[in-house]
Amino acid sequence: MSIEIQNVSKQFGEVTAVNNVSFSVKEGELLALLGPSGGGKTTVLRLIAGLEVPTRGDIFISGQRVNDIAVQQRNIGFVFQNYALFKNMTVFKNIAFGLKVKKWGRAESASRVAELLELFGLPGLGERYPHQLSGGQRQRVAIARALASKPSVLLLDEPFGAVDAKIRQELRDWLVKLHHDLNVTTIFVTHDQEEAMEVANRIVIFSRGALEQIGTPREVYEAPVNEFVARFIGVLNVLELEVRNGVARLNELEFPGHGLLEGQRLRIGFRPYAVQVSSDLSQYRCRAVLRHTFFLGVMLRVELELPSGLMIRARMAKEEYAQLGLADGHAVSFQIRQYRVLAREGAPLAPETAAVQELLPTMGEGI
Amino acid sequence: MAGPVKSRLHRAATSPSQRGTEESPLVKWLLIGVAFAFLSLFLLLPLVNVFAQALSKGLQFYLNSLTSPDTHAAIRLTLIVAAVCVPLNLVFGLAAAWAVAKFEFRGKSLLVTLIDLPFSVSPVVAGLIYVVLFGRQGYLGPWLDTHNIQIIFAVPGIVLATVFVTFPFVARELIPVMQATGTEQEQAALTLGASGWRTFWHVTLPSVKWGLLYGVILCNARAMGEFGAVSVVSGHITGQTETMPLRVQALYEGGAGASGAAAFAVASLLALLALVTLGLKTLLEWKQAHDYARAQQTTPEAGPAIAKRTASTWP
Repeated sequence: MSIEIQNVSKQFGEVTAVNNVSFSVKEGELLALLGPSGGGKTTVLRLIAGLEVPTRGDIFISGQRVNDIAVQQRNIGFVFQNYALFKNMTVFKNIAFGLKVKKWGRAESASRVAELLELFGLPGLGERYPHQLSGGQRQRVAIARALASKPSVLLLDEPFGAVDAKIRQELRDWLVKLHHDLNVTTIFVTHDQEEAMEVANRIVIFSRGALEQIGTPREVYEAPVNEFVARFIGVLNVLELEVRNGVARLNELEFPGHGLLEGQRLRIGFRPYAVQVSSDLSQYRCRAVLRHTFFLGVMLRVELELPSGLMIRARMAKEEYAQLGLADGHAVSFQIRQYRVLAREGAPLAPETAAVQELLPTMGEGI
Repeated sequence: MAGPVKSRLHRAATSPSQRGTEESPLVKWLLIGVAFAFLSLFLLLPLVNVFAQALSKGLQFYLNSLTSPDTHAAIRLTLIVAAVCVPLNLVFGLAAAWAVAKFEFRGKSLLVTLIDLPFSVSPVVAGLIYVVLFGRQGYLGPWLDTHNIQIIFAVPGIVLATVFVTFPFVARELIPVMQATGTEQEQAALTLGASGWRTFWHVTLPSVKWGLLYGVILCNARAMGEFGAVSVVSGHITGQTETMPLRVQALYEGGAGASGAAAFAVASLLALLALVTLGLKTLLEWKQAHDYARAQQTTPEAGPAIAKRTASTWP
């Protein structure tokens, strides 16, 4: 079912947890609510569920305004961060609870539970109690319980927060597959941008109660609307520059300063992949020493220390690293191929300045 | 105390390698011995004495003194008082614990303090409060008199005084249990479509049942054993307003001979009640700790905030 959030705010006493947020969720979408803790994303999820009532604004589920509809009547499935399984009930009874409440027949609900146990890879565990299950199994029971009575929306609060790293990866893959199989509109909350990028169709980014950006993982990564999003999604190098003699510079790093005033300060950001490294010291103008190499699998991240002591992060393929014959402690030259102006002293950012700036090859060699 | 201290110093001097926090075996056994000797002298011996005195005139006398009409009336009154007070305090305790554990509101700490009031007030004062309120010379005395309602020196007064004295037990036991459980299971039940009432019966109550039972048992023990507050409001009318503890006193004051043995016979019933309570309490404590350990296993990766909260509020 589609969900529409319109100008929703939520106050807890003096604290504004959610501030005038609007977005919509399409039918069958897998959406992530992403942001640092205290960003208001869990409150948004609870508002959709009906566990909280909005102070202002409206919430629509498949076109119907649900502000005054109690949580019991919203037909949602909610998975709590710590699962909130009924610890005095068996797995079977946990999953059957919602069915019993909704007056399903005994045989009907037994076959539904059996079907879910099968689907969720939990056959034979029906008579166990929650404390007899592993973390991953508990989570699957919690999701099975939420889905038992076929809700129109599945809401998950930090679904991968309470399990260790290895199981987390399995659960991510599993959730994507589950969503693909069931095609139920799903919204999950996470503070882990990698998780959101990997799992969701679209991501809504929150900070301090406000919506910063909504878009596909690619959109928010490649075209962040502001500095917060740019810094929150993925790794970003940020530099503070000052314009002198028509060139924006920080120590030995120089960037074109056209359109900028003498003495103006600005902040730019660039992704690690935009840094091109060479072992040939004469290839690029900037020099650095390779301090650390982090192996991330196929890709590597290296930390470069500039003569001024400034550290920047670069990313390259393993093959490229081997080809260049790099190792920690080597002297290298580098250039920054793309960057983005994040903030400019004394003037609002015009869209064209905020867009990605490509350094011309001549410029690149010039700095 | 000089003994153990000296020997500890001595040992520390001779074996410097010994761990600083470890007591010598001598000190350990001495302390355990002292504790046991103290408990035997002041608790076990009197308890054994109660039963010995009760049975000093033979089993037949013991049974006869328990079935005498006045004693019988006292036992009945005690049971009635407990039967009224315990359910009242069960409901009150549940409501108060729910309010404190699951809601945030102004005056919460005041409520918690008020719940503890009976623990800090002398039972005699508790009794006097009711005499001052409802007694013939009290504020409401004349009005009650004209409407022919008797509270002081009658069963209602005894019930009121007992409720006052016993009301913290259930609430005090439940608050930490409910705080540790949190509200997530209840919210989960709501999202699954359950009404508040159904959630209470199927989710809340089962998760606090051991704590609740524990509180009820302590409450019952106190309700049956209360002397001070009841003594002030009862009027000591034999066969009418005498509870078991008052009956013990009345019989004992009746003389050292047969009456004294009868006093001990009634006292032995109260002592028996205490022993049963102690046994049940231990069992429930074990059950509760067991369930708690299981609950901890259920959420082993729960955030530190939650872990801290449960740790600090668990009794």
